[in-house]
Amino acid sequence: MSPQPQASVGAPLSRVDGRLKVTGGADYAADHHPEGVVHAVIVDSGIGRGRISGIDTGAAEAQPGVIRVITHRNAPTLPYRDNAGSNNPAGGRRLRVFQDDQILFHGQPVAVAVATTLEAAQHAASLVKVVYDAQPPSTDLSDPDVPTNTPTTYARGDAQAALDSAAVRMEMTYRLARNHHNPMEPHATVARWDGDRLTVWDKTQWVIGGTQTELAAVFGIPLESVRVISPFVGGAFGSGLRTWPHTTIAALAARETRRPVKLVLSRRQQYFGTGFRPACEYQLSLGSDRSGRVSAMVHDMRTETSTYEPFGERGILPLGQVLYDTPNVSQTYRTARLDVNTPVAMRGPGFATAAYAIESAMDELSYELGIDPIELRVRNEPEADPSNGNAFSTRRLRECYTTGAREFGWDRRDPKPRATRDGDWLIGTGVATGVYHTLRNPAQARVRLDADGSALVESATSDMGPGTYTSMTQVAADALGLPMRRVTFRLGDSLMPNAPLHGGSLTMASVGSAVLNGADQLRQQAIRLAVEDERSPLYGADAGTVVVRNGRLHVPDNPSRGETYQQLLARNDRAGLEVLGTYTPVQNRFTIEAYAAVFAEVAVDARLGLVRVRRMLGVYDAGRIISPKLAESQAIGGMVGGIGQALLEHTVTDHRDGRIVNANLADYLVPVNADIIDLKAIYLQGEDMDADPLGVKGLGEVVLVGVAPAIANAVFHATGHRVRELPITADALL
Amino acid sequence: MSTELPESTVSPPTRAPFTTSRRTFIATTTLAGGAVVAGGLFVGPNALGDESAAEPPSGRVSLTVNGVRHTVMVDNRTSLLDLLREHLDLTGSKKGCNAGACGACTVLVDGQRVNSCLTLAVRLDGAEVTTIEGLADGEDLHALQQAFIDQDAFQCGFCTSGQIMSGVGCIKEGHTGSAEEIREWMSGNICRCGCYTKIVRAVDHAARGK
Repeated sequence: MSPQPQASVGAPLSRVDGRLKVTGGADYAADHHPEGVVHAVIVDSGIGRGRISGIDTGAAEAQPGVIRVITHRNAPTLPYRDNAGSNNPAGGRRLRVFQDDQILFHGQPVAVAVATTLEAAQHAASLVKVVYDAQPPSTDLSDPDVPTNTPTTYARGDAQAALDSAAVRMEMTYRLARNHHNPMEPHATVARWDGDRLTVWDKTQWVIGGTQTELAAVFGIPLESVRVISPFVGGAFGSGLRTWPHTTIAALAARETRRPVKLVLSRRQQYFGTGFRPACEYQLSLGSDRSGRVSAMVHDMRTETSTYEPFGERGILPLGQVLYDTPNVSQTYRTARLDVNTPVAMRGPGFATAAYAIESAMDELSYELGIDPIELRVRNEPEADPSNGNAFSTRRLRECYTTGAREFGWDRRDPKPRATRDGDWLIGTGVATGVYHTLRNPAQARVRLDADGSALVESATSDMGPGTYTSMTQVAADALGLPMRRVTFRLGDSLMPNAPLHGGSLTMASVGSAVLNGADQLRQQAIRLAVEDERSPLYGADAGTVVVRNGRLHVPDNPSRGETYQQLLARNDRAGLEVLGTYTPVQNRFTIEAYAAVFAEVAVDARLGLVRVRRMLGVYDAGRIISPKLAESQAIGGMVGGIGQALLEHTVTDHRDGRIVNANLADYLVPVNADIIDLKAIYLQGEDMDADPLGVKGLGEVVLVGVAPAIANAVFHATGHRVRELPITADALL
Repeated sequence: MSTELPESTVSPPTRAPFTTSRRTFIATTTLAGGAVVAGGLFVGPNALGDESAAEPPSGRVSLTVNGVRHTVMVDNRTSLLDLLREHLDLTGSKKGCNAGACGACTVLVDGQRVNSCLTLAVRLDGAEVTTIEGLADGEDLHALQQAFIDQDAFQCGFCTSGQIMSGVGCIKEGHTGSAEEIREWMSGNICRCGCYTKIVRAVDHAARGK
């Protein structure tokens, strides 16, 4: 951090965009209405595999208000250039909208109806008649005959030999259902062409690298011809990391009709029009001695992907390599090619999946050996990264557990399963570890100080909810020596300096470091201007000692010697100062991760199998916390997401035709207010200066990762019944 | 898109729908503070297609939204939510599911909280509608709006309009006796960012005038 006094960073401030959000003034993608905008509604495939043999748009086109119906028969050929560097899975061929008659999954777009009103477009879409040559789709991950892509493997030591010779051997298979992000805001794109230039208002987590580059590639136009605007994102959790077909369809429809077009996916269409956390089968064998030292782990994982793109959960492997000091590890990870749309990263990608299996297995081992689950974890805690010998930058997982155990009252726990009752309810507690690696990507931010002493900071990043607007303002305010109200942070426009994807918990470390760099540079520029200016009271002062507070430059040991930014700029006849802040991650010899110890107490109705999470506690080692009030919201939100994953969320496919049968918020269950009782988050005070200049390690993922296994372990403790499948539903407990 | 007509030119509900159209089926006359504020005729873009196709049935509705009276010709298929968002430029109410399952579209109709996505606009003759845009008193936020900011009862903000309107209804109904009661009566509003504990706190604080 800079030598500046920290007035805003670390203070429990309210969101700077709070007023907009509580008055309905925050404009999300579908809230934009360019002059003359018309509406588009997608017609999606009613079969899971095959081809379109006939399509009749006559009735749809005859409807009043209908402008055009576009299908593969009348759509222009689109260039679909490669877009390496985006989140399109390498080695795949992305779905090309309306380019041929092939159907690759149930719900694939087959037509789009464009009309002057939404009602007319919806009705027209319902009137498009499509005839198919249908083939039975393959959508079942558990089908052993499904073809798989080349596996990813990892090995250290000799896991099989160590397993064979271990005093205790356990072999489990865990299953995780497919989950959908289901952000409250449906994906939406408003597209407008001005000549050969395209503007889209889009829901995206990657304004430049994800959406701008993809639209340029799909339409074969220069990057500069595409502008992407995305000031507010109504949640995403990963679903906005790629540009999905509907965005291309909106732009195509706008070009074909020469009108601005608004296209909002229906809630149902989210389920196949955007990605999902793929279902997973996770076989885990472990070997241990009687004291609980785990000598071997063999991981065999399998997740869903589409036939046209090999999406792999890159985060599914690292946890099994670094979480425990296990000398012998082997991993084999396969993706199964199914007639589904392509998955995408979802909060805590891979790590959350692996943590459920590994942390459930450790819990099972703890009961097998009669060792407290926390003590078992401590006995296997590595001193250095067991995958490469690197030191951890900071790893305070033990402290997370110590603090958590004290706060949660772990010592009052009767270790025996099914031993605690409260009337009809069986009570249990469980713990699990959460880990997420600290990602950092190059980023830029423009910082401008105006003659009136206010600052504007811009970067083409996003704010899907964590509070980017607020936290960046805090960082800039302190580095510039300005109060929060004098600093404005803007984001979400491809005309702004480049920023990485807003996901993987990397925004604070990456964009925040660029903001810090830009604000530090600018402040130093102003200080230099002052100390070299004969007319300044600071003339001749040592630039290194000058600080700025409340917009006034001064020497700390003589506060009366100083002047304001306004005075300095006015006297020098400067309209302002402007700097481009940059951040480039430094490769170092550390393994850098954020950690969580998660505690859960559940009550299970002994007769009905109903599970209620009575309370949860998360204790986090996540480096410096820039914005404590917002960080707490992130953490409890991660717990709510994990409660959903553990107990409710399950995308169900009818394998006969590939249709998702619960593609709505009444049947795909997510936690509601009545499900959430008592959640508490504690962040360990600290910073990790080996991670990045801000000392942060990322929050958004780690707060979800250990939640589901903590709940699953608590359910076992309550009932004595081990359910190895998520979500844990009542029927599994009866 | 809306077509604004002087009051006298608005078709009576019994008359056949506009003969001018195949374009847009809404006409708006706004009466603010008793004075007629009428826009000129705006002719929407002409559609392509069959001249013989029937116009969709529409109806005339007079309703008050945030204290402003609107008399509109509305496509019978139009929900209150789409009327607000697509025709009256009140985009604060959100469409999260369009099926009454998420609550993001919650507004007050005659003081009662309703899912505006499930409410046909044409049924609202004489209704008083309050949306998130009409909750504050000028610059002064409603106590619940302020409580949402103070408690950080939102993250992405997309469900927030609905949560607050629902919370206003919940307080008015007197369903704020305990945290448990608030949780139950606020369960029609999903928050995917997971701010429930803070939403409960915000509703509780506003209810108690804290």
